[in-house]
Amino acid sequence: MIEIKNLSKTYGKFTALHPLNLEIEEGTVFGFVGQNGAGKSTTFSILSTLLAPTSGTALINGIDIMKKPKEVRKQLGYMPDFFGVYDQLKAEEYLDFYGASYGIAASDRDKLIPQLLELVNLSHKRNDYVDLLSRGMKQRLCLARSLIHDPKVLILDEPASGLDPRARIEMREILKELKSMGKTILISSHILPELAEMCDVIGILDHGKLVAQGSVSAIQQQLQSEKIIMVKTLDIAKTIAFLEENPRITKIELLEEKNGIQFLFKGKEKDQQELLKTAILNEIPIISFSEMESNLEDVFMEITKEVEFS
Amino acid sequence: MKTLFLNPVLNKELKLRFRTGKTFVGLLFYLLALSLLMIAFMYIQSGTNSMGFFKPEYSRMMFMLFSFFQVALILFITPGLTAGVVSSERERQTLNILLTTTQSSFSIIIGKLLSSISYLILLVIASLPLYSFVFIFGGISPGQLVQVFFFSLFTMIVIGSIGVLFSTIIRKTIVSMVSTYSVVLFIGGGTAIISFILYQLADINATAIPKEAPAVYFSAMLNPGLVLAEIFEPAVSEQVKEITGIKFPIWIAHIITYMVVIILSLMFSIRKLRPNMRKGK
Repeated sequence: MIEIKNLSKTYGKFTALHPLNLEIEEGTVFGFVGQNGAGKSTTFSILSTLLAPTSGTALINGIDIMKKPKEVRKQLGYMPDFFGVYDQLKAEEYLDFYGASYGIAASDRDKLIPQLLELVNLSHKRNDYVDLLSRGMKQRLCLARSLIHDPKVLILDEPASGLDPRARIEMREILKELKSMGKTILISSHILPELAEMCDVIGILDHGKLVAQGSVSAIQQQLQSEKIIMVKTLDIAKTIAFLEENPRITKIELLEEKNGIQFLFKGKEKDQQELLKTAILNEIPIISFSEMESNLEDVFMEITKEVEFS
Repeated sequence: MKTLFLNPVLNKELKLRFRTGKTFVGLLFYLLALSLLMIAFMYIQSGTNSMGFFKPEYSRMMFMLFSFFQVALILFITPGLTAGVVSSERERQTLNILLTTTQSSFSIIIGKLLSSISYLILLVIASLPLYSFVFIFGGISPGQLVQVFFFSLFTMIVIGSIGVLFSTIIRKTIVSMVSTYSVVLFIGGGTAIISFILYQLADINATAIPKEAPAVYFSAMLNPGLVLAEIFEPAVSEQVKEITGIKFPIWIAHIITYMVVIILSLMFSIRKLRPNMRKGK
């Protein structure tokens, strides 16, 4: 559905986006993670035909953004990270204006608008002035606006930023519903655990470079060479002595409150199995042996730290 | 024409503009001011003769005064209404969303221009009955009234197009306004001063009798005041021909020049509204 080919953007000597190559299948929810200035909004702006790239191109549903930008606009709904509203328009009129801007006939708009307001739980606010709506409601209204022409692709730049927890959950539920409707969604967020929950695939951007891409678990496996392992044992001293002999193990920590030991293990799953086997053969009184699941934030921090140092 | 009325930007802007009471209060005060000016003029003029009547010459003078007042008003108000139409959308962060719709750049720019000058058009149309008062006393032909109306409309579109252009290419509304007012100042006052200076220079350097200053023509043709004066006094046209030696009617040169300005301004605004994706940057 989305094919990005060598897309780059430079401003003078500053490179906002290094050549980016990416393919996103239809119906996928793709999450872009990155710090401020990582290149997420630049990528989204280019895909939305708001910014001309320095080189490369992208195809949205097979249509080249460089050759047929107007056709591309029919295919996508865009929600920017920061957006304003027209003060004296009512919620219903707001959607009507954008519906007309997409060339939707008035009779069709009359049917569509109540459905969209229903989808974003704003039916009760249809006659309220947009500027009087809360931030969360405005975000939802903007999402409804981006859906008015029934686009195949949705580009949502930080849709949950600045929202309170309740509004964030509401937004997440709506996005889940859109995912179930088969929309291809490109979403960026700083709230990484939410992305992990919603996205099928994640791309980590750092300083304009895509440093990792794949499912959350794949990224974790691909990039985390060192695993955090926690062991619960009946003999702490003996266990620590055993672990210290293993060259693959570093940073052994005693977790007193959990009656366990935590350490970093460098190796593959086979090496991990070998470690457990040796421990049992050496009569180490292990109660439990588990790999700690690092969350997306840990991975993100680790990856972006690596890039910064390199 | 149908697409013009279906222009979403135009419809939305008109809805927003005429939704507030301020628009109608503004209209009321404009008409009141114009009426008071008219009554004061008539009172003063009729008081200058012992019989207390209002001569057709006075009527003509009053019409000219009002027409100049109206064109001056257009020159003064239009930049304020148009020089922020695009840049203010950019500042309010509504432009990006609008640009991702399938609405063409042409439709957005034309919608913005027409909606912003619509209020001025309303002011001019609403003042027409007051202008028509002059017919009671004579001295002005209906043709001249129509000419003045269309000239006002034309001037509005010229200044409006320049305002939209600056608003599109300049990100900050305040800078766009200053730029547009500077151009208007040049059109209204600058061209008159340049014409005067060129005429004086031609006078100093004159060797032939009668002296001719063709350069004056090219600055004078840009001045709306001079063209407006020509509508009332055909003698102005003859005088310009005498001074410059150019027989081509100055009002036609004015219209052609500013038609080019309108077309170029709008074309450039349309091109610059969205990035050129094909070209890249």
